[in-house]
Amino acid sequence: MPADNSISRRSLFGFGLFGVGAAATALGIFGRDAVSGSASGVGLLDSAENATRTVQRLLLDRTALAPEFSEAEVAPTFRANGSTDPTDADYVALRDGGFKDWRLEVAGLVDKPLSLSLDDLKAMPQRTQITRHDCVEGWSCVGKWTGVPLSHVLDLAGVKPGARYCVFRCLDTLEQTADGNGKYYESVDFVDARHPQTILAHGLNGGPLPVANGAPLRLRVERQLGYKQAKYIKRIEVAADFAGVEGGKGGFWEDRGYEWYAGI
Amino acid sequence: MTAAAVAPAPARIAYVKRHSALVRVTHWINVVCLTFLLMSGLQIFNAHPALYLGNGADFDHPVLSLDATQDADGNVTGGTATLFGHSIPTTGVLGASKDDNGDLTARGFPSWLTAPSYQDLATGRRWHFFFAWIFAINGFVYLANLFFRRHLTRDLLPTAAEIRAIPKVALEHARLHFPKGEEAKRYNVLQQLTYLVMALVVLPGIVLAGLTMSPGMDARFPFLVALFHGRQTARTIHFVFATLIVLFVLVHVLMVILSGLWNNLRSMVTGRYAIEVDADAR
Repeated sequence: MPADNSISRRSLFGFGLFGVGAAATALGIFGRDAVSGSASGVGLLDSAENATRTVQRLLLDRTALAPEFSEAEVAPTFRANGSTDPTDADYVALRDGGFKDWRLEVAGLVDKPLSLSLDDLKAMPQRTQITRHDCVEGWSCVGKWTGVPLSHVLDLAGVKPGARYCVFRCLDTLEQTADGNGKYYESVDFVDARHPQTILAHGLNGGPLPVANGAPLRLRVERQLGYKQAKYIKRIEVAADFAGVEGGKGGFWEDRGYEWYAGI
Repeated sequence: MTAAAVAPAPARIAYVKRHSALVRVTHWINVVCLTFLLMSGLQIFNAHPALYLGNGADFDHPVLSLDATQDADGNVTGGTATLFGHSIPTTGVLGASKDDNGDLTARGFPSWLTAPSYQDLATGRRWHFFFAWIFAINGFVYLANLFFRRHLTRDLLPTAAEIRAIPKVALEHARLHFPKGEEAKRYNVLQQLTYLVMALVVLPGIVLAGLTMSPGMDARFPFLVALFHGRQTARTIHFVFATLIVLFVLVHVLMVILSGLWNNLRSMVTGRYAIEVDADAR
């Protein structure tokens, strides 16, 4: 009995470890804003993003398709988010002209830069898919998209060796900033750019793409979240990296703290 | 215990090894992970504080929503929680609560419950996925131990006799009479069933429901979408399971306190658990 009651070295070690863990947890809870605001705290938490991207890329076959749905599941009105009615002067002029003067520029590391009208795009091979749009906020909406597979456009332009990303430059300004660079942009790598469901969509639910949803052309990257689906596209830059573009993180929301790989 | 002093034959205290090192370590890692997963999960929920069923969201008919009411000038006047169309005022806690400046602001869950405290979805996701990885790996280790080292059959699966004893044990529990002696060495049947449901249904289920919200995972494992009847249903189940975990923790901690805080805490830290052995029952 006396031996049983004495605190053994192992118990001391156990309680010591427990105490350190409890103190660290309490610090984490009360210092959660400090951790969130510090570079090292964010760096530690971000290690999870690398793990997520690496594992999902390992798991996901290049051609694994996002689930597609039946007509019955299509939402009557597709919820619009982000920019829904851009007021940028160049966009307003194009919109008022029925997008007759709008062109999709394909530039950068390509053999043959392209300038394509909406009719040019509609004359290309088309793909229609009913997919689920997953917003990072948590909601989803099912829509029927029609457009040109991005890989077809890339093949027309001819991708040069060394190209790793497609950067999508958009007509809409989502945030008015002092230096005027609140324009929306996004980027995907060639795993997603060449995916069969990755299309440049000009149609929604059987009609033309509405302004609220990105007219005249938006991206669909069905295995990633909503903010990757750039709207109001004017230009695709094929590039080796995106470090020099805007904030350098590869997208409007990426520059504001969101993950570049938005598979979860 | 004072009971020992009045008993004719004084009870002898014996120490048994209650929990294996693996169970103890995974238990406390779970405590840390679930704490931050809950707080960051509520931060993420606040980005769109409503739950739906199916694949697409029926924005007009949420299962649950936490909303703020506003006056004509757009000032937040109060908060409501609406479950299946029935609203109750929850000003100050749900739907609307005070920000750092003391102003009532539209917010699903209040800042003291979220990580970070201020509204920041991107950072909330960082916290969530960081701890989600640790939680999933930790759970995998625990489950491997459960199945391969006989923790399941030896400690958690109730015997037929234990199943039959459920009403009796429930009554004893309700009277706050806790098992002593030999009986205390083993989880009672209510503990067994609760821990089984948590370890095999709720905790793995919340991970799977979380993964079902990932468009990438749904492309790789389309059966997840079918299993949960759609991404929005998965999100709702994720929330319901999180609520069940909170309820479990509340009851669990209460029971730990009522049935001997120090003894229970020590057994989960060092493994040593004291039981009273009747002196003349040998």
